[in-house]
Amino acid sequence: MTQAATPAIEGWFTTGPEPALIGSRCTSCTCVFFPRVAAEGGYCRNPACDGETFDEVELSRRGEIWSYTDAQYQPPPPYIAPNGAGEAYEPFALAAVELAEGIVVLGQVARGYGVCDLKVGAEAELVVETLYVDETGERSIWRWRPVTTQETQA
Amino acid sequence: MSNHDVAIAGVGMHPWGKWGKHFVSYGVHAARAALADSGIPWTDVDFIVGGETVRNGYGGYVAGATFAQALGWNGARVATSYAACATGAQALDTARARILAGMCEVALVVGADTTPKGFLAPNAGERWDDPDWLRFRLLGMTNPAYFALYARRRMDLYGATQEDFAAVKVKNAKHGLNNPYARYRKEVSVADVMGSAVVSDPLHLLDICATSDGAAAVILTSVDYAKRHGLDAPVRVRGISTVTPTFPNTVMDMPNLSTDPSAVVGVPDRTFKESIGHAVYEESGLSPEDVDVAEVYDLSTALELDWIEDLALCKRGEAESLLRAGDTTIGGRIPVNPSGGLACFGEAVPAQALAQVCELTWQLRGQAVGRQVEGARVGITANQGLFGHGSSVLLSV
Repeated sequence: MTQAATPAIEGWFTTGPEPALIGSRCTSCTCVFFPRVAAEGGYCRNPACDGETFDEVELSRRGEIWSYTDAQYQPPPPYIAPNGAGEAYEPFALAAVELAEGIVVLGQVARGYGVCDLKVGAEAELVVETLYVDETGERSIWRWRPVTTQETQA
Repeated sequence: MSNHDVAIAGVGMHPWGKWGKHFVSYGVHAARAALADSGIPWTDVDFIVGGETVRNGYGGYVAGATFAQALGWNGARVATSYAACATGAQALDTARARILAGMCEVALVVGADTTPKGFLAPNAGERWDDPDWLRFRLLGMTNPAYFALYARRRMDLYGATQEDFAAVKVKNAKHGLNNPYARYRKEVSVADVMGSAVVSDPLHLLDICATSDGAAAVILTSVDYAKRHGLDAPVRVRGISTVTPTFPNTVMDMPNLSTDPSAVVGVPDRTFKESIGHAVYEESGLSPEDVDVAEVYDLSTALELDWIEDLALCKRGEAESLLRAGDTTIGGRIPVNPSGGLACFGEAVPAQALAQVCELTWQLRGQAVGRQVEGARVGITANQGLFGHGSSVLLSV
């Protein structure tokens, strides 16, 4: 991915050297939500709370794999194939990762990793990679990369 | 008999398939079959509830009125329900509420669909605030991929195998062999399933249900009306659960990209799917031990195993043991999906929850020719609709 890549969706994740998802923390009950709550007309989903104001917070960058799978066939639109029209489809893996905030977040799995690299309960870390290329250039997305045993011990 | 029971006076279906006809023709066919089964003329129906179909234009959005007009305006009150896969249960609940309030006596509930080919994909247009659109654009997350997440958890947590999932398909294919309403009536082997293409690991093509055209209808009446009509021991609806989740919903649900957060308020006592069954048991005063037969939503083979546990028909992680012992096969302790389930039908969204009720009605009347669960007196259905729609119906004779 080049520096020029822009997020495929605005304001959902940071793109620095230690990227993170951006959530909304309710200023009343402190529950943290992802995707973030709409700036206007957004309500806290905790039924015991009527909060309507939120602070932007970065979520934990690592979490525990809740489950995982892959897409052996190209998904239908509005999915956009990374290689553009006419090129062969490359299956990719998907993971749901549970963060310390108690939120499970879906994501594609980082390029180069498949279901054989994943296990329920194992650790994964957030990375940002290119999702597809359109007329404005490379568009990036958050992905989950399995953390190796050595990294965990380090 | 509790005072919130209603009677099922008639049921009817149009066979499932890819017939390519207009959804109204299926719905009318099912409605007329249910009316004929009940012996009640259409002109005596004073409430009609249609299950909305979102892929069939304006007529589908006002399905109740569409079916009423097709059957010939008879002045009945009308409603249209939409709750995704739970549409039929919600429509049934709407009819039941009006009957129990004493505001109508005979209700026709009908759902029908004509489905497109391939993966169910969102409607056209860019919708950056719609999770059902975003999951495809940002993740390429199809429906089977969600089913696969649940399947994989069973493997990693409870030791399920892909052969177990295949065995669910083998069982359901055998159950549906003699069901005249089933689309697929062919025996399938474990090797057939394992040899079919992997769609989303660990699920093969034959683990995942198709989408079908189909229709189902139910004639619901007050217990009093049923008696006057000569039905002394009709199948009765004992409970209908249309519960929504309780915050925080901690299980990744289609079409969401994330779950609610549990860190601040803690994990609830029951998952959403567990709460669906719990509510219908509580409403009916019956318990899992009373259940003789179940029709559950096997969008995937593995999901049938989840539902068996969600309905408390066995402990968490034990559904594979039941399956392997033959307990969930017709003739076993607690037969599941004697109709053949979605494995043999494919999904016709607004009709499916009603089709489950039709099957259990036949089972409890002893009319399920070629697939009868002997002596069944209590049956339960379960499914879940997108965006927080629970669906479970408990029936008994």
